[in-house]
Amino acid sequence: MAEKLKPAERLKKDRVPMRAQEPEERINNFLEVPFGYSLQEAIEEAQRCLQCKPPYCVAGCPADVRIPEFIEKIIEEDIKGAFLEIKKTNALPAVCGRVCPQEEQCEGACIMNKKGKPIAIGRLERYVADWARELNYSDAKKASVRLNKKVAIVGSGPAGLACASDLAKLGYDVTIYEALHKAGGVLVYGIPEFRLPKAIVDYEVDQIKELGVEINLNYVIGLTKSVDELIQEYDAVFLANGAGAPSFLNIPGENLNGVYSASEFLTRSNLMKAYEFPNYATPIRVGERAVVVGGGNVAMDAVRTAKRLGAKEAIIVYRRSRKEMPARAEEIEHAEEEGIKFELLTNPVKVLGDEYGNVVGIECVRMELGEPDESGRRRPKEIKGSNFVIDADTVIVAIGQSANPIVARSATGVETNKWGYFVADENGKTTHPKVWAGGDIVTGAATVILAVGAGKKAAKSIHETLSRQ
Amino acid sequence: MYKILKKQKWSDTIYSNWIEAPFVAKAAQPGQFIILITNQKGERIPLTIADSNAKEGWVQIVYQVVGASTLELSVMNEGDSLYAFVGPLGIPSEVENFGGKVLIIGGGIGIAPIHPIAKKLKELGNYVVSIIGARTKDLIIMEDKMREASNELHIATDDGTYGQKGFVTNIMDDILKKESEAIKDIWAIGPPIMMKMCTRVANEHNKQIWVSLNSIMVDGTGMCGACRVSVGGKTKFACVDGPEFRGNLVNFDEMMLRQKQYCDQEREALMLLEEKIRRQASNG
Ligand SMILES: Cc1cc2nc3c(=O)[nH]c(=O)nc-3n(C[C@H](O)[C@H](O)[C@H](O)COP(=O)(O)OP(=O)(O)OC[C@H]3O[C@@H](n4cnc5c(N)ncnc54)[C@H](O)[C@@H]3O)c2cc1C
Ligand SMILES: Cc1cc2nc3c(=O)[nH]c(=O)nc-3n(C[C@H](O)[C@H](O)[C@H](O)COP(=O)(O)OP(=O)(O)OC[C@H]3O[C@@H](n4cnc5c(N)ncnc54)[C@H](O)[C@@H]3O)c2cc1C
Ligand code: SF4
Ligand code: SF4
Ligand code: FES
Repeated sequence: MAEKLKPAERLKKDRVPMRAQEPEERINNFLEVPFGYSLQEAIEEAQRCLQCKPPYCVAGCPADVRIPEFIEKIIEEDIKGAFLEIKKTNALPAVCGRVCPQEEQCEGACIMNKKGKPIAIGRLERYVADWARELNYSDAKKASVRLNKKVAIVGSGPAGLACASDLAKLGYDVTIYEALHKAGGVLVYGIPEFRLPKAIVDYEVDQIKELGVEINLNYVIGLTKSVDELIQEYDAVFLANGAGAPSFLNIPGENLNGVYSASEFLTRSNLMKAYEFPNYATPIRVGERAVVVGGGNVAMDAVRTAKRLGAKEAIIVYRRSRKEMPARAEEIEHAEEEGIKFELLTNPVKVLGDEYGNVVGIECVRMELGEPDESGRRRPKEIKGSNFVIDADTVIVAIGQSANPIVARSATGVETNKWGYFVADENGKTTHPKVWAGGDIVTGAATVILAVGAGKKAAKSIHETLSRQ
Repeated sequence: MYKILKKQKWSDTIYSNWIEAPFVAKAAQPGQFIILITNQKGERIPLTIADSNAKEGWVQIVYQVVGASTLELSVMNEGDSLYAFVGPLGIPSEVENFGGKVLIIGGGIGIAPIHPIAKKLKELGNYVVSIIGARTKDLIIMEDKMREASNELHIATDDGTYGQKGFVTNIMDDILKKESEAIKDIWAIGPPIMMKMCTRVANEHNKQIWVSLNSIMVDGTGMCGACRVSVGGKTKFACVDGPEFRGNLVNFDEMMLRQKQYCDQEREALMLLEEKIRRQASNG
């Protein structure tokens, strides 16, 4: 067991950095960028934690991960114990440790933030989860009670998986229906391999299957079967189909060849493994110069993917300044290290093409920041006459997703709002007594851990409701 | 699951498979399609549901070998299973009893997807006038089934080896000249250029026409936007807003350009696969 430091010593130490692939090397491959901590590094980082009572960090985690408890176990070198602590509330620790925007969540709430040195909670969580996977250690066991009640879940993204996991542990018969041929939602089709290796998602999905959850792939609710039919066949239904419809800019030239939605570009690359074309059959085209429009995680993933697919220049076009970019801090840093160019305060007005219908460039206009809008961010305004052209072979639009209507269309009595998202209370209850909803399809595009949190709340609420019947 | 129950070769390049897919068969309606993946490394390819049987749990597809994925499918055998098979996708055809005649036009491989629409229209009590056409006699498929599904059947081949010499549009034009009033609605499915020409003829006679757009797709559920087409000046997703649209509003030229998007890669993939199949054949 490692030594416990005195509080003053803890405050003095710096965050333990995480080793990573060098930028020049990693832009030529799709391997994960950061290597993760070693046991020694994990212990050293864990030793900095002040073990606050009550812990500030936990308030920042939508999945209520038992942060000080699991960190304490790391110091005790009881990694299995740490794993079990985490798994009490979070079914997807290897995923969350990698992709949560920790600076806004757990680490943002950590008391050490005051000194600018929050505990690297995400990296520690990742370390613990990777330990379990590498040793093939599993805590998954089928519930000993069988309640003989059936719950259907639509969508196998983080919300659906988290809900399934909690309900299965309670003894429900859970069936997930997934439209695609692989389970995991955005974790498999959106977030790239170099940020979240698919083997990790597969492993965490397998753990959930071990609990007895059945996953029906290639099954589109709203087409193969309606929500109304699910309501007939099951005791409860949880809708977790995500916000999967891509938004476009609605500017001229957007249907030229070489213009992609980020969803298409990333789906081709991640889910269909186009980066291994022709060994995998799905093609993708990038060319020499790729422009990605947007400033969120999706945009960073697309631009870094384009770079790895061979673009000599990969450029972000974003209409606000760097400070307003919604992407995780680490992703922006990684993108910068990889030589991604940023055209900030820039907005596209037109995609330019040649006579064969191929993209050759994108006309943009410079912006300046004006008054703050409803979101508190300063609203960008066009600078008249500042138009200029960026040459491009590929343009990728990463400005957000909206609700896909297929599921809602087949659900009688489940109310949606004017944007097509399901209306649900804080427990995920919709306007139909047998139907719950959660994740991106309620909140709009958000984060993995908020989706996990929504899945867990719905599971709890479904259990409470069905227990009373 | 997704077992190939039966496979037939209808011409040099056209095949039909019957696939075990009970959930799809149960929900399938005319005008809808499926997406399949042959093997773990395959791509998602959309194919129209040519026929289905809910009781027996199968779906029939008819496909033309045009590239690597359709070639891969054509070399799979009865008893083999597909990696994935999902559907039914898209919005069903808006068929009803129109109280008169309907005109049905199928070109080449498009005869397969138009057949269930003709069949349903006839069942509903319409008088179905069908025109089927292809480049040459060998490529005319499903003639018997189309005859059964129609009250009148016309045949055209480009080279005159069967039926009337010329394009389906010639016959279409003749019919509309004679009885434009009586024709309540029109469906045309075939290569984009054929659908474009049929739309032109329909426009000349001030008629509405349905076409089924075979744009490039990935997920087929509205998630990616690969399939987007311009209809009436607006961007629509062929997989969820279609695949059938009023041809009168479709920007066919844009759609045809978009279909060529991966020409180079497709050629590369096809050559590699042909080479692999040749090697396997000579080894075994
Ligand atoms: C490229 C990208 C990068 C991101 N990066 C981050 C990040 O770094 N950190 C972070 O916290 N968040 C990130 N996000 C956001 C995060 O991934 C989502 O908020 C989260 O996945 C939402 O989870 P969900 O379960 O609600 O939906 P999803 O993950 O979207 O899953 C929904 C599932 O439902 C399925 N489905 C849809 N319709 C049907 C239907 N009709 N029938 C059956 N199944 C259906 C879908 O195929 C999908 O598998 C990113 C998102 C994207 C797109
Ligand atoms: C809704 C819909 C229904 C269809 N129904 C049928 C059918 O019943 N029978 C049939 O034979 N074909 C049908 N198609 C076309 C079929 O999907 C393509 O022929 C097939 O995907 C080609 O794959 P490939 O790898 O063999 O050829 P590729 O090498 O990929 O392409 C060869 C040619 O096919 C076109 N093509 C490529 N990918 C697609 C794609 N995903 N969708 C459409 N066209 C593509 C290309 O423009 C190219 O000209 C349909 C397409 C759609 C969208
Ligand atoms: S789940 Fe996410 S927010 Fe919660 S502790 Fe882990 S990294 Fe932080
Ligand atoms: S707030 Fe920070 S220092 Fe305090 S317990 Fe949580 S992680 Fe440790
Ligand atoms: S194929 Fe992806 S949206 Fe239509």
